[in-house]
Amino acid sequence: MAVVEATGPDPAHQTMGDRQALARRTLLGLAALLAVTAIVSLGIGASGTSLWTALAQTIRGEEIGTREAVVLFDIRLPRLALGVAVGAALAVSGAVMQGLFRNPLADPGLVGVGAGAGLGAITAIVLGSLLPFALQDALSYYLVPLAAFFGGWATTLLLYRLSTHRGRTSVAVMLLGGIALGALAGAISGILIYMADDAQLRDLTFWGLGSLAGATWDKVFIAGPLILLALATTPFLARSLNALALGESPANHLGIPVQRMKNISILTVAAATGAAVAVSGGIGFVGIVVPHLLRILIGPDHRYLLPCAALLGATLLIAADMISRTIIAPAELPIGIVTATLGGPFFLWILLRNRSLLDL
Amino acid sequence: MAHLAENATFIPGKVGRLRGAIATILVLFTGSTAVADGADRVLALGGAVTEIVYALGQGDRLVARDSTSSYPPEASTLPDVGYVRALSPEGVLSVNPDLILAIEGSGPPEAIGVLHEAEIPLVIVPEGYDAEAILRKITIVAEALDVPEKGALLAAQVDVSLAEAVASGRTEAPPRVLFILSMEGGRIMASGSGTAAEGIIGLAGGVNAMQGFDGYSQVSDEAVLVADPDVILMMDRSGDHAANDAEIRAHPVLGRTRAAETGAIVRQPGLLLLGFGPRTPAAVKALSDAFQRTQG
Repeated sequence: MAVVEATGPDPAHQTMGDRQALARRTLLGLAALLAVTAIVSLGIGASGTSLWTALAQTIRGEEIGTREAVVLFDIRLPRLALGVAVGAALAVSGAVMQGLFRNPLADPGLVGVGAGAGLGAITAIVLGSLLPFALQDALSYYLVPLAAFFGGWATTLLLYRLSTHRGRTSVAVMLLGGIALGALAGAISGILIYMADDAQLRDLTFWGLGSLAGATWDKVFIAGPLILLALATTPFLARSLNALALGESPANHLGIPVQRMKNISILTVAAATGAAVAVSGGIGFVGIVVPHLLRILIGPDHRYLLPCAALLGATLLIAADMISRTIIAPAELPIGIVTATLGGPFFLWILLRNRSLLDL
Repeated sequence: MAHLAENATFIPGKVGRLRGAIATILVLFTGSTAVADGADRVLALGGAVTEIVYALGQGDRLVARDSTSSYPPEASTLPDVGYVRALSPEGVLSVNPDLILAIEGSGPPEAIGVLHEAEIPLVIVPEGYDAEAILRKITIVAEALDVPEKGALLAAQVDVSLAEAVASGRTEAPPRVLFILSMEGGRIMASGSGTAAEGIIGLAGGVNAMQGFDGYSQVSDEAVLVADPDVILMMDRSGDHAANDAEIRAHPVLGRTRAAETGAIVRQPGLLLLGFGPRTPAAVKALSDAFQRTQG
């Protein structure tokens, strides 16, 4: 996520404008905000376990109680790490998609990741018990995340193949093909939902609402590197995405390898979103809200937009997670509900205040 | 205890296949281990489990319950840790339990794994929809709470009263009963085989009118017409699940069944009907009385 200034200043704009200075300040501010939110989130939870008490105990050389240790190191810390990774992945993927499709409504769902991952998860939940017993035992609770990840990837690759003709990927075919594949995946999911029993239906509903409650270190170590790797490509995408704003052929004339850039973008988004959805279920809204908020704040320059999106996405998600796990404690509200109920009205408010600035 | 918790961690997901085997293992373990002597901060997960704890007179040892535990009324005053299949590990730890009694299928498995880490004794109570299953639940809960004598007493009481209720419910011509889980937008969600609804209908001397599928499923209007149930059974709940008699009579298909024509529409509280806990004898009695009234 530390992708600050990797591309260097754009030679076309040697003088640093006001907007660029603002963008830099925003980047620093967001980094600080993320750090503060992360520390607060470690200290807050349904149980009264206090981070400070535990820290003080450690410094004094005392043993931390088993329960406190479990809460801090096996519940809150992996949950925080997963929240940061998932939030950054969703927000950056959204920003990349909007840049690639030159469409403000684009989100990672457009390349079929969401539909495919959903289908994978549903298949695993409903048909998982048909697998050979030994395999079920070996996969245990990784079955659903793995199926979601491969479902997402398979759909994206299929869509990519469909929309690539003679070495050129048509963004329009991809958009429309994504809708068609989404409908198909929805239909197959429908069949599986029809076959599902009561308990499986409940599991499906909760999966669709998203949650970080299932965070474990294993999930962090599997999804984290994938997401980091995917995000590491974004500094190289930033300039190309800026050029692409002019249109595909102008970008080509500017010397941007458009086709290669499309390949990288699509793979990046599929990897980041696939991993994020696999470990957290369906968390909506972050991929749309975060990039738009930042565009209003610092402008559309992807060199700043992408790293800022990573930081703000991570911050928003861990903030939403704090609400989700404390508001009806000891029970927990699925995080997808929190992001949508808070994000929706807030986003509307921002839109209405900035109506004059927006020309979609 | 460690063995027990390890067994617990891999249960959800393949509940169906393992049910029998695990039930046996758990009974063995709980039978041989004094699980938590004098545990006085107990978390009960599952409506039937909570009812059993109260029926054993151990309600004051409970510190929290899940959202399906709504009986007895005192249970509702306890903190609610959420839906039994979507527990939050920190939420569960926050009520600081020293014993967790969980109905089979509690989860998600990740949460159960964390509770294992936190070294909190966890007892999984196998689910089941017959008389034996109720007695098994009572025995396991009583052993875990270290009140085996009270458990034996309660189990014997339930056994006798259930046998009485079942005997009084038997009739020459068992009524054919359609259990409707919900009727949203006129679509009928009915019970097939292997459900708690089928279990209680059988105990009350009826037979399930809908056959040929497992679990609860939306059924076609024609299938309902062909099944032509003598009795329609529903859960007595306010809100979207309930449909009143007028709605049923006005329904194009349900209205033409024998049940609607003779007014044989029976409603019972959901947890009483489907919980398979200590109140099941009462549920069977109430249900068989209702069946006989509607048939008489």
